[in-house]
Amino acid sequence: MPIIEVQGLAKSYRVYQKQEGLAASLRGLFRRQYREVQAVRGIDLTVDAGEFVAFLGPNGAGKTTTLKLLSGVINPSGGSARVLGFVPWERQNAYRRRFALVMGQKNQLWWDLPAQESFRLHQQIYRIDPDIFERTRDELTTLLEVRHLLKQPVRELSLGERMKMELTAALLHSPDVLFLDEPTIGLDVVAQHNIQKFLKQYQQQRNVSILLTSHYMKDVAALCNRVVIITQGWIKYDGSLGGIVDRFSGQKVVTVQFANDSVPQDLEQYGQLLEVQPPKARLRVARRDVGRMLAGFLSRHAVEDVSVEDPPLEEVIAEVFAQSEGGAGDRSPGDGP
Amino acid sequence: MHAQLTTWWTILRICLEERLVYRGDFALGTLMRFLPIVTQIFLWWAVFQALPAPTHGQAQNIAGYSYQDFVAYYLLTMVTRAFSSMPGLASGIALQVRNGEIKKFLIQPIDMLGFLLLSRIAHKLAYYSVALGPFTLVFALATWGGYFTGWPDATTLAAYAASLVMAFVLGFFLEASIGLIGFWFLEVNSLLFVYMLFSFFLSGHMFPLDMLPEPWRTLVELVPLKYLAYFPAAVFLEKITGPELLRGLMGQAAWLVFFVLFCRVAYQRGVRRYSGFGG
Repeated sequence: MPIIEVQGLAKSYRVYQKQEGLAASLRGLFRRQYREVQAVRGIDLTVDAGEFVAFLGPNGAGKTTTLKLLSGVINPSGGSARVLGFVPWERQNAYRRRFALVMGQKNQLWWDLPAQESFRLHQQIYRIDPDIFERTRDELTTLLEVRHLLKQPVRELSLGERMKMELTAALLHSPDVLFLDEPTIGLDVVAQHNIQKFLKQYQQQRNVSILLTSHYMKDVAALCNRVVIITQGWIKYDGSLGGIVDRFSGQKVVTVQFANDSVPQDLEQYGQLLEVQPPKARLRVARRDVGRMLAGFLSRHAVEDVSVEDPPLEEVIAEVFAQSEGGAGDRSPGDGP
Repeated sequence: MHAQLTTWWTILRICLEERLVYRGDFALGTLMRFLPIVTQIFLWWAVFQALPAPTHGQAQNIAGYSYQDFVAYYLLTMVTRAFSSMPGLASGIALQVRNGEIKKFLIQPIDMLGFLLLSRIAHKLAYYSVALGPFTLVFALATWGGYFTGWPDATTLAAYAASLVMAFVLGFFLEASIGLIGFWFLEVNSLLFVYMLFSFFLSGHMFPLDMLPEPWRTLVELVPLKYLAYFPAAVFLEKITGPELLRGLMGQAAWLVFFVLFCRVAYQRGVRRYSGFGG
């Protein structure tokens, strides 16, 4: 029984087009121009219990809008969704007690009070048993290394510490589903790493289902076995991380180390020359040509070392994003794994 | 039910704590509440000084109010305003819609209006438990100075207490309604300004409403603003009694129910059209 079932979910906004200049502002008092923005164009998605799914996509792709639809913050323009059997935008308390939403750089804690007061409030709102609450709070704050900060007003914490407190608050009621919207945005490398480590451990221990949106490949690579790429409101890809390269990149990167400390001048015939740093050279070669290229290459030149790798994941994904922005014909809704 | 009560108590406690965080602001706000009343009392004193000398041994009065009556009236409206004024409520709601803080109330199992109501109770408890001292002193002085001529009977007092509690709830839901318009218009400051302007004149904050000539008198009867300052003061001063008092209390209750329902509907409609601003 899937935990999240989404069919044809769509959301469009009417956005006021503000023109530049005073005259335009005055005109805007009487007549306004609106543009229809289709943030989510009809997506299908199924998530089973215990999955850790990453939403990848350029800015404006519809990732955050999807999370807001699934957490009941906004109502859709079309389609349907069920999370834990509930319709999210009905905002029933029974549903709200079983999920959590954490948005990076956004605060749900009381600004002027210590985090522990916000936690107390969460305990009441979510009706958490006092013993379970204390145990969970201690566990989470110890794992996240913020136990010593519980009595400090939230406004006096650093961004990383505040994010950890937000995560703690979100997990106090042991939700079955966790929506994370760019949780590590703006954090330093160490804080990012700590949060990644924590999420991985937490997810494995509790088998909670997590939907994460992120721009950071390190988050995705470290945490998720399944990646959904959204661009322009459509799902372009839904599958494993490794599968992205197979699906979207028809190329390999070949790195060659020559024996004679010098690099031949005629490498262009074998593929696209990326970099030359004697005695090494890197070439991009079409996947299907790799075998033939290597055979010809090795027979003509003295080579000490060869490696054949996939292009960097970021590059492949960036190309996927760029393709979708350029060509409308790339749209392929609801691709399965 | 018990869980609900414990939740409300926790919210009340936390809001109280929040009020007390900024000690300077709290102290200054509490003490400065008296200043506007002092100005108004001096204004009417000056007005009475300018009146022609009384004839036939009759005390000076304006529309049936002597100077002492005015002072008593202002002190009583100060008490009513302590219950019914809701500074920052409407603009706060609109701001939360605009900057996305309202998301908290959509994703957590908590009712926004209930939460804000408890928060407001906490704020008022915090301020007025401290202000009780100065308030009592001022009223004691006023009684000693002859501005008050003793307490009304138990029935009048009960009606007065009821009208004060209703003034609080009515004031809350009326201003919350204005704030909820923020779901449609995002910026409600101008609307609020207009409301404040009307409220200042038509609630009895500025002067007793029974001084008004027609057609203003009728207008005042048609809107709920009088219940926010004038009505409870008039009840205490026994200017409204008997069937008229009962009608007044029922009218106040009816407006209260209207605004409670309006808020509920506005909130439900508002969140449906909410676009999740603020990221």
